[in-house]
Amino acid sequence: MIINHPLLGPCDAQEFTYLGDARLIERPDGMADGAAAAFFDYAYLRENPAGEHRELWFHEQGDRSWLVVTRNTLTHDIISVELARDVARRQGRSA
Amino acid sequence: MRYSAFRLLKEALSGHKGWTPAWRNPAPKPHYDIVIVGGGGHGLATAYYLARKFRQHNIAVIEKGWIGGGNVGRNTTIIRSNYLLDGNEPFYEFSLKLWEGLEQDLNYNAMVSQRGILNLIHTDAQRDAFTRRGNGMILHGADAELLSAEQVRREYPFLNFDNARFPIKGGLAQRRGGTVRHDAVAWGYARGADTHGVDIIQNCEVTGFRIENGACLGVETSRGFIGAGKVGVAVAGNSSRIMAHAGMRLPIESHVLQAFVSEGLKPVLPGVITFGAGHFYCSQSDKGGLVFGGDIDGYNSYAQRGNLPVIEDVAEGGMALFPGLGRVRLLRMWGGIMDMSMDGSPIIDRTHIQGLYFNGGWCYGGFKATPASGWCFAHLLATDAPHPTAAAYRFDRFRKGRMIDEKGMGAQPNLH
Repeated sequence: MIINHPLLGPCDAQEFTYLGDARLIERPDGMADGAAAAFFDYAYLRENPAGEHRELWFHEQGDRSWLVVTRNTLTHDIISVELARDVARRQGRSA
Repeated sequence: MRYSAFRLLKEALSGHKGWTPAWRNPAPKPHYDIVIVGGGGHGLATAYYLARKFRQHNIAVIEKGWIGGGNVGRNTTIIRSNYLLDGNEPFYEFSLKLWEGLEQDLNYNAMVSQRGILNLIHTDAQRDAFTRRGNGMILHGADAELLSAEQVRREYPFLNFDNARFPIKGGLAQRRGGTVRHDAVAWGYARGADTHGVDIIQNCEVTGFRIENGACLGVETSRGFIGAGKVGVAVAGNSSRIMAHAGMRLPIESHVLQAFVSEGLKPVLPGVITFGAGHFYCSQSDKGGLVFGGDIDGYNSYAQRGNLPVIEDVAEGGMALFPGLGRVRLLRMWGGIMDMSMDGSPIIDRTHIQGLYFNGGWCYGGFKATPASGWCFAHLLATDAPHPTAAAYRFDRFRKGRMIDEKGMGAQPNLH
């Protein structure tokens, strides 16, 4: 698989490590009511779709940026690639 | 029809005209007492033990494709019970004992071959860990034997003992481990279940569950609604997709694992070997091909095929351990979809929906578990209580922090 890095251009997926569902950006508030249940859901449960999947890849052998890659799990086709920082900013989670 | 040497002789003398199909091909009935979703090894074993051991009647197995066309036909056929933890080892030892009596029980030649499995040791720390694991196995009634490097050398002289980086220091052997002809497991269980009255319905895809007032009344399928008193789901590689029809999200990610077979060779590899410094395992099939594999590719996939970097990694592991492998040509390779649970251990449990039961999350160790998985799932379906050896395989262990974390590495869907 070739991941088209928004800053560096096409890179071999081998340069990256994989974390999983991009929903992991949406870390619950540990101080909120019901935090234990929210963290159970966050840490363990997955949509695990057959088809389009938004997921986090870390460019460990490159610029060490986190990417949100939208990829089809049935075909391995990569549909879009964004910097995870930009995704987090849109959610108001990053400065 | 009972298979025997006498029957074979009789058929040989009469032109083999008397053989009958090993199982029927019935149309689905409108209602069953128990419907098993998934006609793989685990589903067929469940149906077989439900009918034979738990005296249940009116059972159907529903399969979207054909019997043996899923993961039971895509694995590397290894059986063993070399686990450490209390939640796992009794279950896998129960499974190994069932393998030992399987062919007599099924009257079917599944080619169960207890040729032994050897986990190689490359460091002192690994020797400590394997000694502990071996003692755990023995305490649970399994067999384990710690071998020195010299003992390993006598049995496997062709391994690379003096690899500068990964020298072989010994091994943990389980002599009762080995391999089984995987397709024959599916066929044997299918035939056994059919003989005991189970309807095996192929080419029938489950498209949903009919759930009313918190109770599952049956399954919607590509061949219409099939009512059921109880529904058991055993659909390795599709667990999240099927259970999403019931509104459930599982502690599972599906990943692709690749496996490889070489050209046929004369007997070179007496048992199953695993490389302890990387991830590589290898056995030789009765047809002569070296069957081997390594790590999962490491990203979510339902594609049943992997990518080249992992193939390179497996080949490197193989060459580090077994340099002669470099002269062998690869015949074929494939990928299978593994439902990787968050602690590396499976789930056999009721769901919050009345009458809906789940068996899955076998990671890449489901094949060896087939008989015990079927038995324990049948026990749960028939009695509504977990089998003692599978009592830890509960859904709520993640919520309660009672992970069965064989690798001791926490909540990650890329464990064993």
